[in-house]
Amino acid sequence: MPRQRRPLDHPSRRDSFGSAPEDEGCASKLTQSGVGQVDFAAIFKAAFALVVGLDPGFLAIVGLSLRVTLSAVLIAGLIGLPLGAALALARFPGRSVVIVCLNALMGLPPVVAGLFVFLLLSRSGPLGPLGLLFTPTAMIAAQVILVLPIVIALTRQTVEDLWSEYRDHLRSVGLEGMRAIPTLLFDGRFALATALLAGFGRASAEVGAVLIVGGNIAGYTRTMTTTITLETSKGDLPLALGLGLVLIALTLAINAVAFGASRIGARYAG
Amino acid sequence: MMRDVTSILPLSLESISFRGEGRKLVDAVSLVVPAGGVTVLLGPNGAGKSLMLRLCHGLLTPSEGRVRWAASATGRAKRHAMVFQKPIMLRRSVEANIDHALAAAGVARMERRERAQAALGRFGLSERATQPARLLSGGEQQRLAIARAWSLRPELLFLDEPTSQLDPAATRQIEELLTGLVAEGITVLMSTHDLGQAKRLADRVLFLHRGRLIEDSLAEYFFAEPQTMEASAFLAGDLIW
Ligand SMILES: Nc1ncnc2c1ncn2[C@@H]1O[C@H](COP(=O)(O)OP(=O)(O)OP(=O)(O)O)[C@@H](O)[C@H]1O
Ligand SMILES: [Mg+2]
Repeated sequence: MPRQRRPLDHPSRRDSFGSAPEDEGCASKLTQSGVGQVDFAAIFKAAFALVVGLDPGFLAIVGLSLRVTLSAVLIAGLIGLPLGAALALARFPGRSVVIVCLNALMGLPPVVAGLFVFLLLSRSGPLGPLGLLFTPTAMIAAQVILVLPIVIALTRQTVEDLWSEYRDHLRSVGLEGMRAIPTLLFDGRFALATALLAGFGRASAEVGAVLIVGGNIAGYTRTMTTTITLETSKGDLPLALGLGLVLIALTLAINAVAFGASRIGARYAG
Repeated sequence: MMRDVTSILPLSLESISFRGEGRKLVDAVSLVVPAGGVTVLLGPNGAGKSLMLRLCHGLLTPSEGRVRWAASATGRAKRHAMVFQKPIMLRRSVEANIDHALAAAGVARMERRERAQAALGRFGLSERATQPARLLSGGEQQRLAIARAWSLRPELLFLDEPTSQLDPAATRQIEELLTGLVAEGITVLMSTHDLGQAKRLADRVLFLHRGRLIEDSLAEYFFAEPQTMEASAFLAGDLIW
């Protein structure tokens, strides 16, 4: 069993972060001054310096966030795409209930997902012996739970619409039932890419789940959103703001890609 | 091999009925479709023409009676194919649409490419091969749908009002293509409510009315002297449903 860095007491709130001198100077200045006298220009300058300077600690946080979220989206895609397609084609009693529940789960509060995974992984929980609590793996698991309903629900909708359009032809060429799934997933590729991006957006923006199951351990389970939460309360505004800028850029990028996908998709959809 | 020698034709419908919403939408239809020629299903809207084609092709199962083929096809290929009123185009290139149907029929990759190219050439779509199929014009889409069905090498081709959404020029083109297919030896069973088209193409006419087959005659006799009042009224354009 792997030895874990398991913080027995709460992860230290005192880890200082960032090696850039401007960063530390600004942070201490801010802690001394009251909120009313925050020097915005200086904060922005320091934040930009962090982003542009490719500070290693800063990059590590961005990297961990991306690793956790991308892994979660990948896993949710591998599970959710076939499952959503199967749900679109299957007819069984209680199907509508399942669909309504899935749609509701799309709005599951991240803290609740976090709590759920926490209970599963906590020392006395059913999966406690795995020792995964407060690790990136736990964070990925929690985010899979957040992303999966989005992927399944949007896949089901996309595939069901396509199926009603393609049904006659696919059955005519002998693709009945589950054998139609590969065709439907492929032909829904642009809409499904958008569904995955929506999942990515939700996971990268959430803070509650990763905070609860990751524990916000410096250099280990600290993501962009949990760092922003912590550093803002500590007063290290440049770091928080720098990460905020990265998150905004990420959101813009996701939307640009989603827009592009739907444009290309519209071309093929005629 | 057996399956290459034995024909699936004639196709026999043995008193098939189809119920829906408490009514008999197809009512005890019996007929035999031998190899060769064009058989046209005629009848007013809602007569059950599309249902009949779907029942024959196996998209629907009759509530009563049986659809029987002379030989049951072995393997994945059905040896009868269908073209729908509104062409169903996959969100892929023109060539990939044909390739997909061939793959579904279990044709190996190398052969798929050859057969797709042949179908594109045969139906004048070679230049369009790489374009998204859904950006073709209505007439081109219907041509692709026929090319795709043809690439499956069916003995019997079902077409459900294949030209109802097309302009006269495209309609003429499709009719010429169908005549070519029949000359190749493919048997055609199609529905239409274009009387001119039925006269131009049909060797035999099946007249359906409220789910019942009330006339089954050679085209020349049907148009010259229909045996039922309903058919006369239909030909005169006073419809009845
Ligand atoms: N799957 C189905 N279940 C129940 N009723 C159906 C089904 N498909 C068609 N019907 C009904 O059966 C009747 C015959 O329909 P069908 O589509 O075969 O007519 P049609 O002769 O093709 O008419 P049109 O010329 O308008 O295409 C219609 O009243 C239709 O509403
Ligand atoms: Mg019809």
